[in-house]
Amino acid sequence: MAVTDRPQVFERDLDRSRVLRLSEAESQKIGADHNDPRVIMNMGPAHPSTHGVLRLMLEMDGEVVLRSKPVIGYLHTGMEKTGESLSYAQGSTNVTRMDYAAPLFSELAFSLCTEKLLGVEVPERATWIRMLLCEINRMTSNLLFMATNGMDLGAVSMMIYGWREREEVLRFFQEVTGLRMNHNYIRPGGVAADLPDGWRDEVLALMEMLPPRLEEYDILMTGQPIWRDRLQGVGTITSEEAIALSTTGPILRSTGVPWDLRRDEPYLAYDQVDFDVVVGTYGDCFDRYAIRLNEIRESMRIVHQIVDRMPSGDFRVQDTKVTPPPRARIDESMEALIHHFKIFTEGFKVPEGETYVAVESPRGELGCYVVSDGSSKPYRMHFRGPSFVNLQTMSHMMADSLIADAVAVISSVDPILGEVDR
Amino acid sequence: MATDTADTETDEVDTDEVDTTEAATAAADLHGCPSNTSTAGEALVHATPDQLIDLASALVEDGFSFLVDVTVVDYLSHPGRVDLPTGVVGERFELVVSLLDRSDRRRLRIRVQIPESDPKVPSLFDLFPGSEAREREAFDMFGIEFENHPDPTRILMPEDWVGHPLRKDYGIGSIPVQFKSSDAGR
Repeated sequence: MAVTDRPQVFERDLDRSRVLRLSEAESQKIGADHNDPRVIMNMGPAHPSTHGVLRLMLEMDGEVVLRSKPVIGYLHTGMEKTGESLSYAQGSTNVTRMDYAAPLFSELAFSLCTEKLLGVEVPERATWIRMLLCEINRMTSNLLFMATNGMDLGAVSMMIYGWREREEVLRFFQEVTGLRMNHNYIRPGGVAADLPDGWRDEVLALMEMLPPRLEEYDILMTGQPIWRDRLQGVGTITSEEAIALSTTGPILRSTGVPWDLRRDEPYLAYDQVDFDVVVGTYGDCFDRYAIRLNEIRESMRIVHQIVDRMPSGDFRVQDTKVTPPPRARIDESMEALIHHFKIFTEGFKVPEGETYVAVESPRGELGCYVVSDGSSKPYRMHFRGPSFVNLQTMSHMMADSLIADAVAVISSVDPILGEVDR
Repeated sequence: MATDTADTETDEVDTDEVDTTEAATAAADLHGCPSNTSTAGEALVHATPDQLIDLASALVEDGFSFLVDVTVVDYLSHPGRVDLPTGVVGERFELVVSLLDRSDRRRLRIRVQIPESDPKVPSLFDLFPGSEAREREAFDMFGIEFENHPDPTRILMPEDWVGHPLRKDYGIGSIPVQFKSSDAGR
């Protein structure tokens, strides 16, 4: 589409723009004039409904939000800078903490990037284990969304239900990876350890437990008139606006654009499993809620296929320069001891170059850009966090709506501030 | 050999490049800018700050209508880039713009060399409003000025912060920790 044909939905003129581009000092002037009904209200970083430390400056006229601006940086811990001082083997521990609701996706993006630069091929079983855990992580992230979305809009019991389901799955993660969150399980070369015995039964038990509970959510929320009134028609965004703002994930799909990296640019083994991409129509909060709910069901479908078809084999690449040897061998073999030592102290060297790898996280396109200088630490590691990009849509969705709708909008964007601020 | 990145690409491979074994240095021409393939097999196109807007507009016409990412790399302490075609001089900062063509599922990366002495580059906001937040982050972390950006302020660090943290000459920072020895049984 030619540049001149693009709908002029973005106004640079400050008065008509929906984004409040004023500094703190300038914003103080609004509201100082008593004849001007506008007030700048701060929905501060410590707020139960802002999904983490997100600060919103809202320009309001009564209860209507005119312009708004998300102010971030309250969770900035310099993870990209830290990544430059950690070896590639340690990298997963750092990046996993960016999107803490779906940590395996960040680990996956980093590992795929490193493997691409190294030129190693991960064994099939490791790929399928990664896919299994990522899909289960997608389910837990979407359950977290449903819990917080429900509570933000008043269905307080949904908070407990969503976390209850998540608990069951986190127990499974603890058995497989050793941790409930921020697992450091997907590492360059494969995964940290093989799936434990009896994992099939565990996973199938989870898959049995979830569908009746998802139906409970349908009764509590989906068909309910109050829920629909709160969400339908609220926070609408058009597909042109979403694409112009570089939005991805459920927000883009809610506008009707069926873009999902698992199907359009398949990675891991997604081209070998059957699943549908859930797409909305109206681009409103209800569509985003419904998309995430149905994505849980699609993920369950994928997990069933993985359980049936999990291949046997190695769980990490058998390249001794990259993968540390099993701990037991250290006592027996001098070579194993030396490799273990070198990998964990100095780290393995990655050839020079740069690459970008993207995966479909529950929030959208999660990309990892690594520049290597031939040493054992990334020269530059940058993460394209989907929440950071999707936050730009919030001002456009919230414009000219009530403050209660603003809460619904924030909730439906589902930002994770760890990934926004890094 | 350079991969085909667009229908309108004219293949003008420099005869000097034919002999080199490094595939990454062979360059074709894409809208007046040299393009090649990275060592990892991805399509790259190199531009100067003045060429960026025209190149990006032409690429949008080609179908690359989705801006994926805007970021900056500081090559101060890098031994030397292998992906630059001959004729492109590497500067300290490099702006990396990733584009996506959703209909043909192609990706392309624009790399713009930005000298330390004049760290300015035009903003992509008019073409891609979604570049606003990322360009603010690039300014905040590296000190690159984006001309015509609607809100050129810091985004991650506090408004009054001095310095650009992701630059290579900015320390990683540490907090001195005082270890208190405890006599009562460890």
